Amino acid sequence: MTDQNEHAEQAEQAGPADPGYLDGNAAAGFLSEIFAVDVTAARGRCAHCGDENVVAAARLYPHGTGMVLRCAVCGEVLARATEMEDSVCLDLSGLAWLQVRI
Amino acid sequence: MSTVWRVADVVDVRAETPSARTIRLRIPGLHGHLAGQHVDVRLTAPDGYQAVRSYSIASATGANGVAEDELELTVEELPDGEMSPYLVHGLMVGGQLEVRGPVGGWFVWRPTDTGPVQLIAGGSGVVPLMSMARAHAASGSAAPFRLLYSVRTPESGFYRDELEHLSRDAAAPLAVDYVYTRTAPAGAVTPPGRLTAEALSAAVVPAAESPTFYLCGATPFVETVSGWLVDAGHAPERIRTERYGGIGGAS
Amino acid sequence: MPRGLVSRGPTQYASRMGIVSSGFLGRRRTDDPRVPPGQYATDGFPVLSAGPTPRISKEDWAFTITNETGDVRRWSWSEFLALPQEDVSTDIHCVTSWSKLATSWRGVALDTLFAEVDSTFEYTMAHSYGGYTTNVPLADLLDGKAWIAHSFDGEDLAPEHGGPARLLVPHLYFWKSAKWVSGLQMLPQDQPGFWEQNGYNMYGDPWKEQRYW
Repeated sequence: MTDQNEHAEQAEQAGPADPGYLDGNAAAGFLSEIFAVDVTAARGRCAHCGDENVVAAARLYPHGTGMVLRCAVCGEVLARATEMEDSVCLDLSGLAWLQVRI
Repeated sequence: MSTVWRVADVVDVRAETPSARTIRLRIPGLHGHLAGQHVDVRLTAPDGYQAVRSYSIASATGANGVAEDELELTVEELPDGEMSPYLVHGLMVGGQLEVRGPVGGWFVWRPTDTGPVQLIAGGSGVVPLMSMARAHAASGSAAPFRLLYSVRTPESGFYRDELEHLSRDAAAPLAVDYVYTRTAPAGAVTPPGRLTAEALSAAVVPAAESPTFYLCGATPFVETVSGWLVDAGHAPERIRTERYGGIGGAS
Repeated sequence: MPRGLVSRGPTQYASRMGIVSSGFLGRRRTDDPRVPPGQYATDGFPVLSAGPTPRISKEDWAFTITNETGDVRRWSWSEFLALPQEDVSTDIHCVTSWSKLATSWRGVALDTLFAEVDSTFEYTMAHSYGGYTTNVPLADLLDGKAWIAHSFDGEDLAPEHGGPARLLVPHLYFWKSAKWVSGLQMLPQDQPGFWEQNGYNMYGDPWKEQRYW
């Protein structure tokens, strides 16, 4: 029995189909290209609904050479990023602030 | 230009199950890592084609002879996988791949954390939790640890012997409970079947003890179990999750 | 265990060519002139999304085209299916380097829809249920270049691939073929949509490898 079938069985029982997102901590490697510290453990405030939580608890939609990070409460975009040939374009406008341990 | 990728040498490989393998990597410049972290692995084909996937670290520095500049990954082959068939069957000792990380500062356990811990693994989600169990034992931590491990069959579980051994370590207590979803061991009292909310409640550290939960597995499993935990009265901020994607996720 | 999906063609990352892993071949075929530069042909159909899959019933579904005076031309699902339908066989190219050859779709040509629209504007913004946007010049939607597609491979388009209906503009990179399309807004000038605001090329011609800014 394959792992994918296991996932399918778990999904059948769970009910909801795979929502297609991962935890924000899956973005840690990508973000390490830009930030000197780990921002997935940082707290942030959603600029749309005001929810405050760690970035790791946000919903990451991996998108090929980039990502979209959405608030787990309101679903709006917290951040998006695109990795290009020799640069990364990063939009953090959905985060009102980030509090990072140093 | 990216400077975070490092070349890793494959120094050991060993089978965990017929479809899963543990790979020990040496990464010059690595000075240990936290239990629960992951790395991104990049493979480049001769024509320049590249693929990147994330894998959780299974090892803990100092446990099982893993040196400070080494770490182990346990990779399960997915039938349609882009990288996993190569990592499980093609990669050889002496081979090289590129690694970014270790990264991840949230889904981690530190020996300085003294509170009770409940680990919940769905299938291959046991990998980062094993890193925590190994770090727990290697540090002689007295923090109470429980692992609830959902597997299809007794043969499909990883690290069975080592988990058995760790569960008998008096200095660093680890209690292991298995849920067999497809085939139970001979003589088992309960028939095989999926984890239920009731069985979960019976097996995990009670809410009154304020455990920290580390929950890892396929996304539907994580979604369902974390929902049950919240319904049972556990504080959402004490539940840390690592989703592995689910059906439709490519690897 | 593996998460995420990132794949790249060779010409994009010459400055960061990695060390080669002996024996790793990936899973694509490459020697086909139908495949644009930097692309690899695939048999699969990867799912990439910027957000959750919207669930839109056919009863609630509508497609609109809004022009510069604010006039809205609207089609319900049944009106949409009553229009002339076309079968399309075409190659599609994703910016992440996979190409899928000879895909078959069924839908309504944008030519058919625009026959009922009055506009002097030359640019459009495609809007999707769920909030995604992408910009496409009007000229790239007409003359048999684009459709609103509701079937793929002879079956209803699955939600994770954009169903009930998606925009299909196969001569551009596939991020322009907006999933869950709900309408087009006419624009006087080209404006960046969701990904074009964040590094992606405004136009997106795969044969010129117009992936990014």
